[in-house]
Amino acid sequence: MTAELAGLPGAVHAEWTKLRTIAGPSWLLAATVIVTVAAGAAADATARCRSGAVCSVDPAKLSLTGIEVGQALVAILAVLAVSNEYSTGMILLTLTAMPHRAAVLAAKAAVVTGLVLAAGTVAVLGSVLAGRLILPGHGFTAARGFGSLSLGDWPVLRAAAGSVLYLALIALLSLGVAAVVRESGFAIGVVLGLLYLFPILAGVVTSPQWERHLQQIAPMIAGLDIQATTGLHALPLSPWAGLGVLAAWAAGALLAGGLVLWRRDA
Amino acid sequence: MTAGTITPHQSGQGGRGGFAALLHAEWTKFRTVRGWVIAMVIAALVTVGFGLIGQESCGTANNAACTLPLGPGGEAVADSFYFVRQPLAGNGSITVRMTSLTGLIPDRAAGSRVPAGSRANTADMHRGLEPWSDAGIIIEQSTSQGAGYAAMMVTGTHGVRMQYDYTGDVAGLPGVVSAASPRWLRLTRSGDTITGYDSADGTAWTRVGSATLPGLPSTVQAGLFAASPQFTQVTSASLGGSTAVGGPTLATGTFDHVGVAGRWTGGWRGTDIGQNAMYPQAPGGFRQAGDRFTVTGSGEIAPDVPGSGGGVDISQALVGTFAGLIVVVVVGTMFITAEYRRGLIRTTLTASPRRGQVVAAKAVVTGLVTFAVGLVAAAVALPVVERHIRAGGSFIDPVSMLTQVRLVAGTAALLAVAAVLAVAIGAVLRRSAVAVTVVIVVIMAPYILGSVLSGGVSQWLLRLTPAAGFAIQQAYPKYPQLGIDYASASGYYPLAPWAGFAVLCAWAAAALVLAIFLVRRRDA
Repeated sequence: MTAELAGLPGAVHAEWTKLRTIAGPSWLLAATVIVTVAAGAAADATARCRSGAVCSVDPAKLSLTGIEVGQALVAILAVLAVSNEYSTGMILLTLTAMPHRAAVLAAKAAVVTGLVLAAGTVAVLGSVLAGRLILPGHGFTAARGFGSLSLGDWPVLRAAAGSVLYLALIALLSLGVAAVVRESGFAIGVVLGLLYLFPILAGVVTSPQWERHLQQIAPMIAGLDIQATTGLHALPLSPWAGLGVLAAWAAGALLAGGLVLWRRDA
Repeated sequence: MTAGTITPHQSGQGGRGGFAALLHAEWTKFRTVRGWVIAMVIAALVTVGFGLIGQESCGTANNAACTLPLGPGGEAVADSFYFVRQPLAGNGSITVRMTSLTGLIPDRAAGSRVPAGSRANTADMHRGLEPWSDAGIIIEQSTSQGAGYAAMMVTGTHGVRMQYDYTGDVAGLPGVVSAASPRWLRLTRSGDTITGYDSADGTAWTRVGSATLPGLPSTVQAGLFAASPQFTQVTSASLGGSTAVGGPTLATGTFDHVGVAGRWTGGWRGTDIGQNAMYPQAPGGFRQAGDRFTVTGSGEIAPDVPGSGGGVDISQALVGTFAGLIVVVVVGTMFITAEYRRGLIRTTLTASPRRGQVVAAKAVVTGLVTFAVGLVAAAVALPVVERHIRAGGSFIDPVSMLTQVRLVAGTAALLAVAAVLAVAIGAVLRRSAVAVTVVIVVIMAPYILGSVLSGGVSQWLLRLTPAAGFAIQQAYPKYPQLGIDYASASGYYPLAPWAGFAVLCAWAAAALVLAIFLVRRRDA
């Protein structure tokens, strides 16, 4: 174990060099920021709080809507960090140079997480700023009980920081799935299935118990509970518990990926 | 195609023969890769299996009714109102003047979900009307729920209407009724035909419409009525569900100059129709002073469709389509990207230099295989999941056989066209992870975001993006006379079924043209 950890800085440096020197990841990170902010701003710009109507909108959550689309790009980035090596055969070289396979996965996880945290922070700050600028013009004013979005408010800060962590956990989940499945198309299909199928299923089940359970175990629904700043008592899970569910999914996927990487021929 | 001998000049044959050989080659590639065959089996299994999750019996469920009456057209109906009636033998007519329509709706503070079947407490209500609260005159086949009828009524915000047999709705005089601006209403029965008239002054009458009720008995129940539909307000919408508050509402109509012609017998009697229905009810009643009546009632006389609170949507049996869709998109994309990854594409393009035809052949093979698999899956899923939901005790709003055929064939076509779109995007992007993501996001994200984006935006996304194709799974018509939100989460789409499907087809065709163009121009 100590031997594996001893090789970790070198492994991290190697993974960083690999990701840095190909064009794909930087494009994907830039696209994540642009898509997230643009989708969030579009959601802000189309929301209306008409005078006289009761507006049940959570302004922080609304501003961060773009995360739901941006996460798909983060998933691609993480999946490709693993799958590209298999499709080019590079993995043989990597594993020859770094025989401690767990360290390879840990290094990939560290580099991808770092990149996603950086891009996610930019994306979230942009989204909050867009919400702050756009929402007051659409009826979400202090007079109606909506304060200006500010990271000085603890719930808003929790939603913003939590959304950055959400993206990082999506990356780790994707990384683990890709280590298990290896082929990038299948891997991304599994990740998007995990993310998008639960909300659809939760929307149609007729049993309220099932609906609640699905909302509690679904990585996307539970993870996005962290964005809630109003109506917390109605959530199936508290914000941090929800993010914890996503963390459990990510940990499970990484564990499975590590085991498969360790047991299987490359 | 079955000839076993090698024909070296096949590439020179050109035309259809060449394309047929290409199709055969692609079909061979498809069926001999075990992973793809397994994936297609999985696609079929998840399409069926997803629908079996989380279905529960009526009563305890969110909005599942145990049983609903059926209207004359075989559709499920909500039929509850307060009826002040007399038997009318043979032909005849009833004329009234209405001077007001007022109502009570639940306070927002008290607006927790009212349990099905319980009565509302009028102390928790304030004055107000639902847009489709109504009162007026009605001729009913009988007092049993689901009986044929024709009615003239004033409504909360939709003016005078003539409605009949639950689905019929014709507009009369616009505007709100008041003492200063009264509304005269008249219904006449002649054989099987009932004709409705309205008037602002009681002298100049306008015919609004007429309804033929086949098999109308010689003695019918006729008189005054009031009804007011359930009040609902969505308090929070989020992924995977929304919470709404609501409760029963009341409408009170004031009638005078009540005049009848024909053989009316027995005096006026008040009856709550559909009291035992699953719709929460508020207590109704009436007062009479000479020819002046006030009638108070709750409920509605309307078709029951998903979203209005009664039965279950039959297309829920096909919810597995989304899971199957992800699998066929992955397979469709990889059917072409795998060739790029392994370099097989160079062999393929050397063997058949007509590059556009290679892409077309892959699209055709993928589309046909997916259609066949989807057809089997949907044809199994619909009855199996339907039976499963019914076994749980829930009531499924019935649809015609033709609609069921459209749902099954449409689901298969939806999957097939999505797979073709995946092949085309795969050929354009050549990277399977990016291509799979693009296709899944453009098809599914608009549907999922529908629950969090504001109504107008999500409706436009469902018109313009490939997600429009889900319209082919809409099982019930949108009745304008129901004051419900026809959202995608309730199974409604802004475009007609085949129009929505055509939008998806247009996207697939455009992507295919782009793919053929790029594959021709580009180095492999």
